[in-house]
Amino acid sequence: MTGNDLQSYAPLLLHLTLAMALSGVLVLLSSLVGWRRPSTTKSQPYECGITPTGDAREPFSVKFYLVAMVFILFDVEAIFLYPWAYIFRELRWFGFVEMILYIGILLVGYFYLWKKGALDWNRPAVRRDRAS
Amino acid sequence: MNEFASQHPILVVALPKIVVLLLVLLTSLAYLTWFERKVVAHIQSRWGPYRVGPHGLLQPLADGVKFLFKEDVTPAGADKFVYFLAPFLSLSLAITSIAVIPFGPKEFTVFGQPTPLAITNLNIGLLVLFAITSMGVYGVALAGWSSNSKYPLLGGLRSSAQMISYELALTMSVVGVILMAGTFNLSEIVMSQQGFHWGFLPRWNLIGGPMPQLLGFLLFFTAAVAETNRAPFDLAEAESELVAGFHTEYASFKFAMFFMAEYSSMITVSCLATILFFGGWLSPFPQTAAFAWAHYIPAAAFALAGLALIFYGIRYLTMFGRVVLPVLGVVLGALALLFIRPGVTEFVQGPFWFLLKVVFFLFVYVWVRGTLPRLRYDQLMGFGWKLLLPLSILNVVITSLAIVLTQR
Amino acid sequence: MLDQIVFYFFAVLAVISAVMVVTRRNVVQSAIFLITALLATAGIFLQLHAEFLFIVQVILYAGGIMVLFVFVIMLVSLDVSLNQVQFNRQWWLGLLLALVLGAQLTIAVAVGRAGLPLGEPAPAKMLEPSTQLVGRVLFSEYVLPFEIASILLLVAMIGAVVMAKKKI
Repeated sequence: MTGNDLQSYAPLLLHLTLAMALSGVLVLLSSLVGWRRPSTTKSQPYECGITPTGDAREPFSVKFYLVAMVFILFDVEAIFLYPWAYIFRELRWFGFVEMILYIGILLVGYFYLWKKGALDWNRPAVRRDRAS
Repeated sequence: MNEFASQHPILVVALPKIVVLLLVLLTSLAYLTWFERKVVAHIQSRWGPYRVGPHGLLQPLADGVKFLFKEDVTPAGADKFVYFLAPFLSLSLAITSIAVIPFGPKEFTVFGQPTPLAITNLNIGLLVLFAITSMGVYGVALAGWSSNSKYPLLGGLRSSAQMISYELALTMSVVGVILMAGTFNLSEIVMSQQGFHWGFLPRWNLIGGPMPQLLGFLLFFTAAVAETNRAPFDLAEAESELVAGFHTEYASFKFAMFFMAEYSSMITVSCLATILFFGGWLSPFPQTAAFAWAHYIPAAAFALAGLALIFYGIRYLTMFGRVVLPVLGVVLGALALLFIRPGVTEFVQGPFWFLLKVVFFLFVYVWVRGTLPRLRYDQLMGFGWKLLLPLSILNVVITSLAIVLTQR
Repeated sequence: MLDQIVFYFFAVLAVISAVMVVTRRNVVQSAIFLITALLATAGIFLQLHAEFLFIVQVILYAGGIMVLFVFVIMLVSLDVSLNQVQFNRQWWLGLLLALVLGAQLTIAVAVGRAGLPLGEPAPAKMLEPSTQLVGRVLFSEYVLPFEIASILLLVAMIGAVVMAKKKI
């Protein structure tokens, strides 16, 4: 059992299946066991006791999209770091220089984001140019 | 069916292991809530749960039964399918991630099959763990969206943005460990941390290797606390502004499932911190003749705990406690006797040290919650993006430089 | 035998979820089925012994890009999307084209199987340490594309900020 075997994924799949079965049973139980006396007031969305107004799904700050986008970009970087770290002892100085270049280029983008205020949450996502 | 079983022995062995692990995990989840309430209570000079059973020991059970029999309210206008899917997703992913964690070095036999002390020992165990964690964000985001209510939507958005931000720092902070170990296999990462500095200081990744990963560990643990949405990063559940965040509209056991998922992730993260930085199941004492007594530490610890429970228990306030606590003490004492038997002593070493370290990290989790005030949202995001991320990149660069320089 | 069961499980899951992505009226449910389809594809990658690709598929596609999708969809008011026309009048043409393409591919694979250099799956017992292989190839033969990828990411970062600027 070295872990080199595709079969070693089988227990993981089995575990996932059992975990899903368990969660499914719990979700079902929670809706079957408890009593139910629904009323219009009870099923209103909670808004601290006030009658809810307007649609719950309102547009929100563009920041969240920006964060998700930047997250994907850095996630790609992190994914590349993994195989690199895995064989780093073979690559030595060559690998080091390679990765310094790679990280360096990405850091340029990172500082651009920082300068533009994309990482600030207490200001508008992007500062307008002073001239305009 | 028999033929199938003989062709795929790994599944036959895995099934009892998985069932046992899930049962143990669910029990520890329940008692982790008790542990947290007790510790936080004592930090705040309170007693915490005390009424249900001696020292509130039956409180988790009572909570579970209560959650189950509560009315299951579904808010009007909720998207039923997604509303039911979210807690299901959260819990099943959270309790799956523990499958790749190795608890000890020894292989043992089930039905004549040798098998590791883990559900499975994967070559890329660490990556699989991160893959499962990265899916966890959907439970939160979908719960917030499906409730059709404003607080959950805001809470879900905030939490998921926070989770993806800190996931970056989390995945990058362990690159240092991979650089040093040269593997993604969690057992091999532990084995790479064997040995001692000057004969007594263990060469765990925290303080060993070409580049001690102290910075890496601090980054990892901070990011992990944020990733699991725990205080002081529990912005989504900021009662003062967002009621309860993404699970405001959830009731009954579906509500409890989010908590089970949270506590389960806490346990997984503590296991991971132990494996990556604190030598996993390795004992802090060298395996030399001078330290032979260290083998009896598990037995001694259990015996002491058992004796303390018996002597304290027989003078407890209630009759029930006067029975239950000594019985628990006797059980612990019996375990201690079991642990000094020749074969068993070696076997329990790994799991004992592993679980001790995990419990320590769980305590730190609760300690942090009881001590630190909550951050503001802009501070939180700034902290993740402007401090943790560059520091973890710096850690990668420094560690790789140290390895290149020390390599012959 | 288990191998085939696993393959058909993932394949059927992928196809069904892909159909659900197109036919669901509710956008969030479509997104959920898209995630399922991506995960099922990841399962097939794993079965083809491409461990690293499996991880990349789960972490980047299912866990990264889809988060952005879900974020974008979450603000869309459900009532608006429910009232919109789901299919335009050319849906039958699209279906026809898809069927033709599918038939073409099936025939191509069935007829030209001998000529097609389909990769032989590795023996089930020993799994090549594919992460190591990917790393070795990526950081020796394909160094230049790898470095260019970083420039691509840089451009994407700048693009994200510029787009966000327009939205404000």
